[in-house]
Amino acid sequence: MNLPGSGILKGMAVTAVNFIGSFLDRAHAKRLITEQYPEERPTLVETSRSFPFLVFDGDPEKGIRCTACKICEKECPPQCIFIVKDKDANGKPILRPQIFDIDISVCMGCQICVEVCPFESIRMDNIYEVSAYDRFETLVLHKEQLLKSNVYYRQIHPTEAAQTDARIEAARVKKAAAAKAAAEKAAAAKAAAAAKAAETQPEPTA
Amino acid sequence: MHFLENLPLATKKFILDLVKGACGWLCTKLGIALPPWAMPLLLTLVSILVVIVAIIAVYMVMFALMSVAERKILARMQNRYGPNRAGWFGILQPVADGIKMLTKEDLVPRGADKIVHFLAPIAMVAPALMLPAIIPYGTGMVPVELSAGILYFFALGAGTELAVFMAGWSSNNKYSVMGAMRAIAQMISYELPLVMSAVIAALVAGTLSPTGIVEAQGGYSLGFIPNWFVFTPWGFVACLLFYIGALAESNRCPFDLPEGESELVAGHLTEYSGFKYAIFFMAEYVGMFAINGLLVTLFLGGYKAPCPFLEWIPSWCWFFAKLALLAFSMVWVRATLPRFRIDQMMQFAWKFMLPMSFAALIAAAVWYYAGRGPLAWGLSALIVGIPYLALGHFCFTRHHTADNRRYLYSE
Repeated sequence: MNLPGSGILKGMAVTAVNFIGSFLDRAHAKRLITEQYPEERPTLVETSRSFPFLVFDGDPEKGIRCTACKICEKECPPQCIFIVKDKDANGKPILRPQIFDIDISVCMGCQICVEVCPFESIRMDNIYEVSAYDRFETLVLHKEQLLKSNVYYRQIHPTEAAQTDARIEAARVKKAAAAKAAAEKAAAAKAAAAAKAAETQPEPTA
Repeated sequence: MHFLENLPLATKKFILDLVKGACGWLCTKLGIALPPWAMPLLLTLVSILVVIVAIIAVYMVMFALMSVAERKILARMQNRYGPNRAGWFGILQPVADGIKMLTKEDLVPRGADKIVHFLAPIAMVAPALMLPAIIPYGTGMVPVELSAGILYFFALGAGTELAVFMAGWSSNNKYSVMGAMRAIAQMISYELPLVMSAVIAALVAGTLSPTGIVEAQGGYSLGFIPNWFVFTPWGFVACLLFYIGALAESNRCPFDLPEGESELVAGHLTEYSGFKYAIFFMAEYVGMFAINGLLVTLFLGGYKAPCPFLEWIPSWCWFFAKLALLAFSMVWVRATLPRFRIDQMMQFAWKFMLPMSFAALIAAAVWYYAGRGPLAWGLSALIVGIPYLALGHFCFTRHHTADNRRYLYSE
């Protein structure tokens, strides 16, 4: 038979152990696990994601991968992407966005834009300190803010970036091979045409 | 250490001398001759004022420290840090809280009884601030020397019940009224064992004066065990009963069901905001300190040192050390125990605490007349021990509920 009230004493012992332990646990590994946020930053897991950004290689102007095909704009469920295609001096459209805006107050981080992009140009960022005082201007990210280098992408999502790079490289190799094949074929055709021409050369004997 | 011991009284005397000197100087300067009764009257008024200011200042500082210490201790017990942003280790948290409370809007519900709604916090805080008057804080340091101090304390303490009901009723809110009803039921139920256990101490000391009760606990048995009432079987039980009663009277966990937020929003405090809420909060804490101070006075030897070789520490330090220990234990209890259900609370008061307080009363009487020796010890231990085991066994084990209860919808 338990002594009446012994349960209370057991409970008090548990809280006392926690109390004293919280002072003894210098490393704060077991007891005080609260992260002191502004001073301590969380180490984000690799798969963490927040909002999309645009990847460029090398130079932010020339190396931009986006071709303003607007697939992401159409697929975006909350419709937070706004794209205007760039034009050259003659008014002819070129494959580059003039305006690329993402309203991150609307974006829900679904990553559909990333999945549909055929040019590997839009990827998920892991920034999380994006609060602002004005919800209309400052929360709409423009092209300049969205453009981030592939080096940065490799830093935040190494595995994913390696896969993307491998895909791009494979595509490039394939394209080069195709171009080479096409060049060879063209050369062969040219040679054949030349041979045929040579063959037919003596025909018009006059 | 004699200097430190006398510091509070010497400060008071210094202020009185200062007032006397300043008055005399002013009179000679202006050429006024004071009537002979004027100076003693003035000095009496000033000495009363000094004591009032000192008490209020000390209790406000304790309230501020407690409000941050409670949250820090509670947090540590729950493996959190607690407030650590305002100032050094969060020490300025009470200032932040105070500014927040004072700048909040003072809302009065449209359907409320506005006068009573306004008067309730005042009716709550006035008795709470009057309670500390009879507590002896050190040797010769009792603000008001009353021969029936204990009676005064409980008579005033009962006034908070009225204030709680005023608050609940005038708010015109169902939660407020229910919270106030619960508070009344709880306070009246627990006042009985509380007063009964205070009576035990008064009975053995043979006086209702707090100073007398403290003096009755002076000295040491066997040379090192202090003669505090808590070190006797009946005194230990009465001390625990008084402690539980104090928890209930100050609406603290596990007896915080008048303001249990999971069921009643905030009970009688639901419709209060801003400064009025702060006043309720303050009254609750001051009342808690006061009743803890009485507990120290009645059972823990008041301002007496626990061992002979520690007597060089000033007596008022001992009082406040014991008070701090009790306040800590109340936070500890709050961190440990869940809230009672209303029927458990009533059952505990009437079926356990009241019989136990009667048993302790009889044990104290036996101890008193059996000569305070080993025989008295054994007898009084038996008189409180047997009811404890019996009541614990029959009240809190489930003999009467059927074990084959079936919950139709949870299977």
